[in-house]
Amino acid sequence: MAEIVTLSEAVAATVNDGDVVAMEGFTHLIPFAAGHEVIRQRRRGLTLVRMTPDLIYDQLIGMGCARKLVFSWGGNPGVGSLHRFRDAVTSGWPLPLEVEEHSHAGMANRYVAGASGLPFATLRGYSGTDLRDQTANVASVTCPFTGEILTAVRALNPDVAIVHAQRADRAGNVQMWGIVGVQKEAVLAASRSVVTVEEIVDELEPVPGQVVLPSWAVSFVSLAPHGAQPSYAHGYYERDNDFYVSWDEISRDRVAFTDWMQRHVLEAEVAR
Amino acid sequence: MNGWNADEMMTVAAARQLRRGAVCFVGIGLPSTAANLARATHAPDVVLIYESGCLGAKPSRLPLSIGDGMLADTAVAVVSVPEVFNYWLQPGRIDVGFLAAAQLDRFGNINTTVIGPYDAPKVRLPGAGGAPEIAASCQEVVVVVRQSPRSFVERVDFVTSVGFGQGAGDRAKLGLRGNGPRVVITDIGMLEPDPTTCELTLTHLHPGATISQARAATGWELAVAADVHETPAPTDEELAHLRRLNATIDK
Repeated sequence: MAEIVTLSEAVAATVNDGDVVAMEGFTHLIPFAAGHEVIRQRRRGLTLVRMTPDLIYDQLIGMGCARKLVFSWGGNPGVGSLHRFRDAVTSGWPLPLEVEEHSHAGMANRYVAGASGLPFATLRGYSGTDLRDQTANVASVTCPFTGEILTAVRALNPDVAIVHAQRADRAGNVQMWGIVGVQKEAVLAASRSVVTVEEIVDELEPVPGQVVLPSWAVSFVSLAPHGAQPSYAHGYYERDNDFYVSWDEISRDRVAFTDWMQRHVLEAEVAR
Repeated sequence: MNGWNADEMMTVAAARQLRRGAVCFVGIGLPSTAANLARATHAPDVVLIYESGCLGAKPSRLPLSIGDGMLADTAVAVVSVPEVFNYWLQPGRIDVGFLAAAQLDRFGNINTTVIGPYDAPKVRLPGAGGAPEIAASCQEVVVVVRQSPRSFVERVDFVTSVGFGQGAGDRAKLGLRGNGPRVVITDIGMLEPDPTTCELTLTHLHPGATISQARAATGWELAVAADVHETPAPTDEELAHLRRLNATIDK
């Protein structure tokens, strides 16, 4: 059964220095509040896993939390580059960042394998690309039935998965809807999980297209209203596209970035 | 209507590639604009697939990201990311994929990963995203890229997505089931693969552009078709719809 605790308690109980941490949410429901709590708790040496690092990992990387990034598309959607990610890769600031990259299909299938309790997944992918030479986690496999050569990707089994959802009930069952990305797979693939939610309700009313994570598949649920901002929570608030555009300027400069993080994350008022 | 600029010409040319009823995998930026322009003009029934899992989205304004809530609100179905790649893209259910490129070679191989050596990149680009499997599995691919010696290179620094590999026959050898790039649309004109060698060949020039301009913007000895056509200029109707759409981004 999921325990309902504060976000700071949930992060303290699940995320250790050096852990492999996946914070998922495909453009939608990105767990920013939880990411900021990880920054405030000054976790170090993390291997950060996420299909689209987005601003949340730009922030964690720029604040020195990460040792390694596993990802498939590292840009600011519709805007341009992630400057903290680029600075870490090309100049080692604030720390050198090891990179392991995949395609979206590869990452998605790695989570599926992890959630399925399988050591790998198969797909038609990576063939002919240089991506496969840069990681030991992609290989060829021969189909035992047809003899066809396919691509195998190693399962992803993070130590911790952190996702955001719209609602949970008081027993800790979690409900999300809209674009649901790979959140379910990430939670089921991980050893421990934290789900932040917009609200905790008595009863989860069904919603079309919903994904429900049963309480017993989740470690901790924490209330974090607006916990996805500047990403969004379908049915609650919209994506703050203006912020995504303004991040380009904020993050371009090391000092401006550090100053922004100091004011908006490290010194932020947090409900405990 | 007033004159048009290179971006408008590229977007209009890309939109025209979409036939009625085509199922189209769209990335953000120019591809999304082009697909929505096609929907607003000659192909109202074009089916837009966004990699965020929105199948058949009908946005009334242009999204800033591939995951804006409006896409889910207007979609026929919203599916998970593993599903969009495994069930919809991989088996060949998508007709057309649009791709962008930082670098492209004469066989339409695409780099969106790094400029310079992989281990010490001069420029770190966003990376692969959905592109490698879009390039592999869509029935056909439309590449949209500005043409310059920096983007049209003899050899891409990194093969993120495969066009025709080293030439004819390579796609089959690699097990890539889609047909690969059908056309490359640039700010100068359009290139299509030679039916025999698969080498990209200049077949169209946009109004005002010249063959020598295209050659100068290409980092290899550019193949030019015997008969190079002029791309029809954007019509008043196309431009009006395009400008209306562009005014809706992030509003």
